[in-house]
Amino acid sequence: MNPVAPKLRAHLGIALIGVALAVLPFVVGATFGNSWVRIVDFALLYVMLALGLNIVVGFAGLLDLGYIAFYAVGAYLYALLSSPHLALAFPAVFASAPDLPFWLVLPLGALVAGLFGVMLGAPTLKLRGDYLAIVTLGFGEIIRIFLNNLNAPLNLTNGPQGINNIAPARIAGHALSRPLELFGAQIPSVTLYYYFFLALTLLVIFVCVRLQDSRLGRAWVAIREDEVAARACGINTRNVKLLAFGLGATFGGVAGGLFAGFQGFVSPESFGLLESIMVLCMVVLGGMGNIAGVILGAVLLALLPEVLRWGAAPLQQALFGSVPVDPETLRLLLFGIALVLVMRLRPAGLWPSALRRRELAAHADGSAP
Amino acid sequence: MSLPVPSYALPALLVSVCVLAACGQQTDSAAPAAASAGAPEAADVLVVRLGHVAPLTGPQSHLGKDNENGARLAVDDLNAEHFVIGGRTARFELLGEDDQADPRQGTTVAQKLADSNVNAVIGHLNSGTTIPASRIYHDAGIVQVSPSATNPQYTRQGYKGAFRVFADDVQQGGVLGAFAVDTLRMKRIAVIDDRTAYGQGLADEFEKAAKAAGAEIVAREYTTDKATDFASILTKVKSTTPDLLFYGGMDTQAGPMARQLKTLGMAVPMLFGDGACTVEFHKLAGEGAEGSYCSLPGVPLDKMAGGSAFRDRYMAKFNTDIQLYAPYAYDAVRVVAEAMRKAGSVEADKFLPELAAIDYPGLTAEIRFDEKGDIKDGAITLYQAKSGAWTALETMGGKAQR
Amino acid sequence: MDIFIQQIINGLVLGSIYALVALGYTMVYGILGLINFAHGEVVMIGALTALTAIGVLVPAGLPGPVVVLAGLLIAIPVCMAVGFAIERVAYRPLRNAPRLAPLITAIGMSIVLQQLAMIAWGRNYHTFPALLPALPHRVMGAAITDLQIIIVVTAALLMAALLWLITRTRLGRAMRATAESPSVARLMGVDVDRVIAFTFVLGSALAAVAGVMVAANYSIAHYAMGFMLGLKAFTAAVLGGIGNVGGAMLGGLLLGVIESLGAGYIGDLTGGFLGSHYQDVFAFFVLILVLVFRPSGLMGEKVAERA
Repeated sequence: MNPVAPKLRAHLGIALIGVALAVLPFVVGATFGNSWVRIVDFALLYVMLALGLNIVVGFAGLLDLGYIAFYAVGAYLYALLSSPHLALAFPAVFASAPDLPFWLVLPLGALVAGLFGVMLGAPTLKLRGDYLAIVTLGFGEIIRIFLNNLNAPLNLTNGPQGINNIAPARIAGHALSRPLELFGAQIPSVTLYYYFFLALTLLVIFVCVRLQDSRLGRAWVAIREDEVAARACGINTRNVKLLAFGLGATFGGVAGGLFAGFQGFVSPESFGLLESIMVLCMVVLGGMGNIAGVILGAVLLALLPEVLRWGAAPLQQALFGSVPVDPETLRLLLFGIALVLVMRLRPAGLWPSALRRRELAAHADGSAP
Repeated sequence: MSLPVPSYALPALLVSVCVLAACGQQTDSAAPAAASAGAPEAADVLVVRLGHVAPLTGPQSHLGKDNENGARLAVDDLNAEHFVIGGRTARFELLGEDDQADPRQGTTVAQKLADSNVNAVIGHLNSGTTIPASRIYHDAGIVQVSPSATNPQYTRQGYKGAFRVFADDVQQGGVLGAFAVDTLRMKRIAVIDDRTAYGQGLADEFEKAAKAAGAEIVAREYTTDKATDFASILTKVKSTTPDLLFYGGMDTQAGPMARQLKTLGMAVPMLFGDGACTVEFHKLAGEGAEGSYCSLPGVPLDKMAGGSAFRDRYMAKFNTDIQLYAPYAYDAVRVVAEAMRKAGSVEADKFLPELAAIDYPGLTAEIRFDEKGDIKDGAITLYQAKSGAWTALETMGGKAQR
Repeated sequence: MDIFIQQIINGLVLGSIYALVALGYTMVYGILGLINFAHGEVVMIGALTALTAIGVLVPAGLPGPVVVLAGLLIAIPVCMAVGFAIERVAYRPLRNAPRLAPLITAIGMSIVLQQLAMIAWGRNYHTFPALLPALPHRVMGAAITDLQIIIVVTAALLMAALLWLITRTRLGRAMRATAESPSVARLMGVDVDRVIAFTFVLGSALAAVAGVMVAANYSIAHYAMGFMLGLKAFTAAVLGGIGNVGGAMLGGLLLGVIESLGAGYIGDLTGGFLGSHYQDVFAFFVLILVLVFRPSGLMGEKVAERA
């Protein structure tokens, strides 16, 4: 056995993945069109969201059904600080539209979202399982309702009308919403966003991997497995839980800021309960607690409805020779069936963590969970 | 390990996904291929691809499908007429897409249509999806005509290619406010809205206009576009003894609300915007409908040339009654086609000036656009519910009131 | 004062419906420890099935209440079958799976049922014909209809019957034993699978009744109506203490009254700063407050730290 070979293989693998990720938007853009690059961009945002939620649900075992609230907080903060809305609503306070660079606004959004995470965590420390789930769900709805209604008496969020004209992120003086001329070739805006999102996604993955192997990461797992025992081992369960909420929310805030800049428009209808449930599905379907699994889940669930959007009509055409059911109806129907099937076939997720797999085997042997 | 996980399951799933993806790719490339394949036999056929976007799944899907049906009827009519553009017979194709009333999906679909190089887009239904999508259409140089988005912001972004064939909230709210105070002589008015971009926008503009005309707003209450129970807010309204109750929202809430008003023993007439000015409202409100008022941009369908014929053909083709915006979607398609005919081209930069300067007798109104792309001097008609149907009372102004 | 009484009546009618739906959640949770997210869709199927049956029966010229009853009697077995199928397809195969796996299948089932209903009943809103007298009675200045009285009374009777079934019958004892510990119950000769299936069927029957009540009271039914209702009912179940049948009833009624009073008085309480648009915020706020002081809900038993 040559000890160098596996290491070399690993490096080679990383290099291959790197090259694949680098050329992906061009291949996708050339074969399927820019709309698919945009879909991949959104998939990257969902990867960030799912990884953030994975800290809370997967690592620390705290079921959170209102995670999208942090995404909303990040998005609205970015929108407020990068659009003319505040200047229009409060001309006395703001002489002109705030013009802050994204590298200042984005971390600020993350920080504020993190604070909201701790705010949510504090009153819910004593709650367990499904009680926690309903409180987080309520928290998510509360945030959405406030965003939807804070246009009076002070017009802070512009209510249901949403905030428009949000400035895109600028890198080296180039706004990402414009195509870039480089060596005579034109790189479309969605591709620029792809690299920007990819860089931040890789950063998030890196942080997650480091967290998982850290003292804190092991403390989370200890709490997930047995809170009483964890406390007996000298873990400060309160602080560790709050950190899980806070850090998870931070990632949500980053993704939210990116979403606002990318869309140029935010309104409360983007942050409904169904989005929270969707992100939770990504985490669980991919494999809770396993970073690679969560990434897989996020990519699959972000792409599947879009694949079905393209495929549902031709598929029926091929099978029945006509289109008996509306493609849109069928799209969601197949999505629902896929959720049921995947969980039936692989209850621990598509790519579960090694630890989970062992537990599951133990349960299956010992009848009762 | 005792869990029976078939080893073929995951690969099978992935393969099926890949097959679906491949199908998708085929259709994308197949459509233009078919068009060009057909070209040699009929060299003078010009293919015009129109995108249409509305929510086709979710709670608003009945309205979305209605819009799409309206647009489809227009496309079928154009094809049956052998519409000629620049000396060539045009064949119109409609690409119907679903945005689920979700802004994110709205932009995804917009990008898809931009990639497919559609000649123009009819849509979207909601302001919340129309606004973020309009940025993508603008960047791609695609003309967009919305049949139903009412948020004033949509046409105020400086995009030359953004039009609507419908009165915006400011126009309609202003007319409604003046009607309530000057015509109906109501002094104490309660206002409810559904906290959607549409309902809140319209209710705010109505409140402004009614106050300016000298009425007192005695209550401002709120519900949601998913609610079915209005007893508690109506009870609250009851305690303020209003002469009139204005609701900004859709028929699916307005109908049950009118019914519950009656259950609570309140005899207050209701006033609505276009969202509740539907046939469906009478079904949903039952006897509670009687005496309500509503407004709809344009002139009553029955009074327009071809209006009742349109309704008959719609019902024959889709086997359901018109929900709400189908005539406007129909007009949106026709007005784009007309601009193409005048310019003799389906290229956006050629027919855009013609569209901006158009004067077209549509089903719903005489369609002309102002410099923003909003319908100019759009007439707004007021109706009253009498024995199970909306009866036109008067058609107001034509001038946008501020 | 009459306004206050009216708000209480509004809340009780709404709360009775919440309570009936909440029972379905709480029974399943009590026995399996999982949230049956698809339960709201069963309510929707009950409402739409009854509506279709009534649409067929109305031309027969029977009196209104008979037609509604017939519609209900058709909706109940249909919902029972749907509940049974949900358990078979989405939950039984995952009995030993990680805790969150059935949550995902439940969400999947919810989407599937909604889309199937959309294919079967279309996208349009359906109206419930006015078969029951809807003229209001006057009670101390407040209005209440016959239908609303029927709803409150029926809900109360059904809940009493359910309590009797759970505490006084053999089957109820088997249900409680299974909730306590499935493996021990099995050793004692309880057919655990049958008991669980029965729980689903029973909850679905109650959902069918709730569905018909909603449709009759609001005269409206739609394929997407189940989700919000299910969510509210689930909140009610947690408020009362999930897994506890009495708690679900209390939670349902309480949530109805809280929402009603919230919409009515939140503006006065906050000096006009917050209005009825914060109705749900108020409801969730009360829920959070209750759970902070009583982490297992109002009537939930105090669970030991080691769950």
